[in-house]
Amino acid sequence: MVNKYYILTIGICLTLIAASFSGCVEEEAEEMVLIFAMAGDADKLDPADVTDGESISRTDNIFESLVEYTEGGTDIQPALATSWEVSNDGLDITFNLRKNVKFHDGTDFNADAVVFSFERQYNTSNPYHDYGEWAYWSYMYYDIDYVEKINDYKIIIHLKNSNAAIMTSLAMFTVAIVSPTNAEKWGEDAFKHPVGTGPFKFVEWIKDDHITVEANENYWRARPTLDKIIFRVIEDPSARLLAIQAGEIHGMEYPDPSSFDLIKSDSDLQLLTQAGMNVGYLAMNTGYGYYDENENGVQDSDENWVETPGYFEPLTNKLVRKAINYAIDKNSIIDNLYKGTAIVAKNGMPPFMLGYNDDIVDYSYDPDMAKDLLEEAGYPNGFNTTLWVMPVSRPYMFDPPKIAEAIQSYLADVNINVELYQIDWSTYLEETENGNHPMCLLGWTGDNGDPDNFMRVLYGSDSASIGTAGNVAFYNNSLVQEKFTAALQSYDVTERAKLYEEAQVLIHEDAPFVYLAHATQNMVFLSNVKGYVLNPTERKFFYPVEIE
Amino acid sequence: MKWYIIKRLIQLIPVIIGVTIIAFSLIQLAPGDPARTMLGQHATQQEINEIREKYGLDEPIYVQYAIWLNGVLHGDLGRSILTRELVVIEISERFPNTIELAIAAMIFAIIIGGLAGIISASKQYSITDYTVMGIALFGISMPVFWLGIMLMLIFGVILGWLPIGGRIDLIIPFQRVTGFMVLDSIITGNFNALISILKHLILPAIALGTIPMAIIARVTRSSMLEVLRQDFIRTERAKGLSERVVIYKHALRNAMVPVVTVIGLNFGLLLSGAILTETVFSWPGLGRLVVNAVYQRDYPLVVGCILIFAIVFVIVNLITDILYTFIDPRIKYE
Amino acid sequence: MIRERETKTQELIRRFKYNKSAVFGLILILFLVFIAIFADFIAPNDPTPSPPELENSLKPGFWSNEGLEGYPLGTDMLGRCILSRIIFGARISLTVGFIAVGIASILGIIIGVTAGYFGKWIDSLLMRIVDIIFSFPALLLAIVIVATIGQGLDKAMIAIGIVYSPQMARIMRGSVLYIKEMEYIEAQKAIGSKNLRIIFRHVIPNSLAPVIVYGTLMMASAILDAAALGFLGLGAQPPTPEWGAMLSESRLYIVSGAWWAATFPGIAIILAVLGLNLLGDGLRDILDPRLKT
Repeated sequence: MVNKYYILTIGICLTLIAASFSGCVEEEAEEMVLIFAMAGDADKLDPADVTDGESISRTDNIFESLVEYTEGGTDIQPALATSWEVSNDGLDITFNLRKNVKFHDGTDFNADAVVFSFERQYNTSNPYHDYGEWAYWSYMYYDIDYVEKINDYKIIIHLKNSNAAIMTSLAMFTVAIVSPTNAEKWGEDAFKHPVGTGPFKFVEWIKDDHITVEANENYWRARPTLDKIIFRVIEDPSARLLAIQAGEIHGMEYPDPSSFDLIKSDSDLQLLTQAGMNVGYLAMNTGYGYYDENENGVQDSDENWVETPGYFEPLTNKLVRKAINYAIDKNSIIDNLYKGTAIVAKNGMPPFMLGYNDDIVDYSYDPDMAKDLLEEAGYPNGFNTTLWVMPVSRPYMFDPPKIAEAIQSYLADVNINVELYQIDWSTYLEETENGNHPMCLLGWTGDNGDPDNFMRVLYGSDSASIGTAGNVAFYNNSLVQEKFTAALQSYDVTERAKLYEEAQVLIHEDAPFVYLAHATQNMVFLSNVKGYVLNPTERKFFYPVEIE
Repeated sequence: MKWYIIKRLIQLIPVIIGVTIIAFSLIQLAPGDPARTMLGQHATQQEINEIREKYGLDEPIYVQYAIWLNGVLHGDLGRSILTRELVVIEISERFPNTIELAIAAMIFAIIIGGLAGIISASKQYSITDYTVMGIALFGISMPVFWLGIMLMLIFGVILGWLPIGGRIDLIIPFQRVTGFMVLDSIITGNFNALISILKHLILPAIALGTIPMAIIARVTRSSMLEVLRQDFIRTERAKGLSERVVIYKHALRNAMVPVVTVIGLNFGLLLSGAILTETVFSWPGLGRLVVNAVYQRDYPLVVGCILIFAIVFVIVNLITDILYTFIDPRIKYE
Repeated sequence: MIRERETKTQELIRRFKYNKSAVFGLILILFLVFIAIFADFIAPNDPTPSPPELENSLKPGFWSNEGLEGYPLGTDMLGRCILSRIIFGARISLTVGFIAVGIASILGIIIGVTAGYFGKWIDSLLMRIVDIIFSFPALLLAIVIVATIGQGLDKAMIAIGIVYSPQMARIMRGSVLYIKEMEYIEAQKAIGSKNLRIIFRHVIPNSLAPVIVYGTLMMASAILDAAALGFLGLGAQPPTPEWGAMLSESRLYIVSGAWWAATFPGIAIILAVLGLNLLGDGLRDILDPRLKT
């Protein structure tokens, strides 16, 4: 008996020793494989049926849309469509499709595939409609009436209204073209057997562990240099960093800001960083929303303004909202919590976008001014309120509880006692969109690079619909909404820019938000990984990447 | 014996049904809507309603439960709301990972804990005894997640000896057969992969196995002491048998019953610990799956996971009871 | 009668004094209780200063030259004094342990006594329910309950209390069954005492020993589980200086070198749990030699 134990113990020790040595023997890899660590697993691999960045990062390398963004930008260039033309009334867009392109399963890419990829999303009688939720369709493509096939390589997209943002939206993942034969083959399970036209072919998906894709030998552009990409799931940012330091992975997303000094001092690593297309803010419920009875996304004359469930008297007062703006030291939050991985926000959209108003002077950190304003507003002794705190990190707000704690301490200094309230993410969205909160933290990452995707969606009166609000401050200024509507329908860039700039002045004056930060997007690679380009949309394309 | 097992299995049915009813009602009562998680920011009411209808979320709880139970009887646990994947597949992809981790942790706990207990008992009131029992007491007082983080810090960050997450170094080619990766690497004769897999297994197994190890050490010690005091041991000693033979051959066997009980009982603790260990070490197992499913209000997945946990738990208890008869022939089941 | 009881107490105290580890455990717990009560006077700094001192973010403690004067264990991400937060955290962890076990004891006593005393189908029914709850991994059940009733420290206490109650119920039932057979209970029944009266006057007081013993040990696990919930983000909400939550929010910074922010709260948890375990073991040896393992 005793000998058995000893043998086992010795056996384990030997394995341990052997294990610690074997790490030195590096496998000679014949293929060029890139292992990239993501913060979460994909939900589904159907580009039209996902909204989370984790899924999109995988599908973007498998699928392509009719048009695409220029590398590192948000201008539009041809992809599966070679050219297009917008009719004079702005309602019809005709696309000429690329010839001799094949899906990974050998199916020809043609007008049928395009019509199928669109139709399954909007046509409720399409047999594949039930196999997805198509969450982005009604939110970004509601202006598309239908898609018509003219011949095998020509289609027309018919719009209900002119929409200046539609071309940029057509470069999004939602309208990526999928193989109809594959959809037919797998039916309801097509989401885990993705087949597109992109530079990489799907190989395998081990849940919560990794997804592998390999080079598409028949890609219509030149074959990618990488033979394989393995998207590995490592949820914990420190574990990701350790893995890249150990050389187990070649790249990673979302490094924690606190580790930036370490990354910069390590010559084996490179830190890629770029201004992100996002904004993180604290929204103050200004009190009134409307019920969008007919679900048209517009506040019609018969839909009246009523108190939101989270109506809180002090916050309806502009002076109080300004006081809160003055009470928070944003610079200190950016320097010490974001550790410099963001710039202070003064407007509700990122500075590099069309129509950004740089003339606006931000509220400074001035607790005395805040106290004066509170007194003027009739709250010399402050008040008690609640701040809703997001339970998850998003690119625009990497660690909401810590930011909330800092805000809580700043506000306590001007006698506003804030209680923090956390709840699961789905309920959080539901309740903030319902206006249950007096104050909440939230933000937005741009989808398509158009200012409309920030301004109207987040700050327009029409978006202050109780239950489905995008405007969670329930900020209602009809003048602002008018400018947004005009800007969406106009195709004149200078005019659009002017309208957005004017709107920002009004928003700044009404102060329904404390704009906190535009976070940079950051990625870490081993120094021998070349060619990766960050995109303002935060989408991840590995096509040009190679390992030296 | 056969009848005993059958009887016990039948008795399990109401318990399992009870578990699913509780799990089902609790998660249904929870605020939060999977439709929201799925649609993300800026969902329209119409989309939300469509999803609720599609997944039967607007039916009363008992109707949903009846539909679900009917599915289970046909081997169908439904589909995850968030990923659309069959719950059965979601679970079966994680199950081997959790089992391998649990077995590794238990092996660690039984070997180290058992040895420590025996050594302590054979040298009662010595410095060794006090030291071992002191360490064991620390062991049961330690938060699993803290231990996991400290192991990562020491062996992963400072010493850099061991990987701190995942199951295998993905650069190594690896072929899946059964999903049990240790087993697969042996079957396919993939030695490189086996070593990498074992390296990845060490820290999580130690983190998860420490509490059971400490408990086993304590129970082995006290149970051994009790046996050593008994008459038949005195007789053995009087016969002039060496102390080693007395302890390992005669005392140990008799001291095993409580140890086995404790191992069986602690399996539940192990499953609880797995939730934390898997979170700390990014281990693709059931624990992490169920926690994320709770966060996302993915009802079918939560209930499916709880069902599996409960089945594993009651089966382990049954095996424990059956093991008694092998260890102690005096115990008989009718 | 009174005299006899006094000598019994004296005997217990005498036996307790001989049990070194129990005394050590008691001292440890009393020390933590003292810290918890006088936190305001002991803590060197405000655990949640306002306005925040963000510029002090993640500074090391006494072991380093880069540390700040007056912050012996360093600071956390928000520049708060870790020692002060641990000291205030003692208040929270001890309260959580005590209240969770209180809830478990009340529920457990009600279920256990009812089952044990009345027996028959009531017993079978209650014990089946207990079996069912036992088939959940404890932490998982706590997570699901918290998901249902909402997160927060108070909810975590309730969840842990519910999860622990079956254990208490089984223990109570066992000792009630044992006491029920004793002669004086039979005598009470014979003279026609009411059930409730018998239960409150005789059964419960006589089965309190195991409740105290297991309650102490359970408090240790309750503190661990509350910390685990805090670690998973379901327990204490910020800025409450709960040890598990402190550990959780600081673990990110270990890799970049700030190991102290996660290490010290962990040590605090170990000390509290260790103290309770030592005390519980000791009490078990003294109060109830039958239960000795």
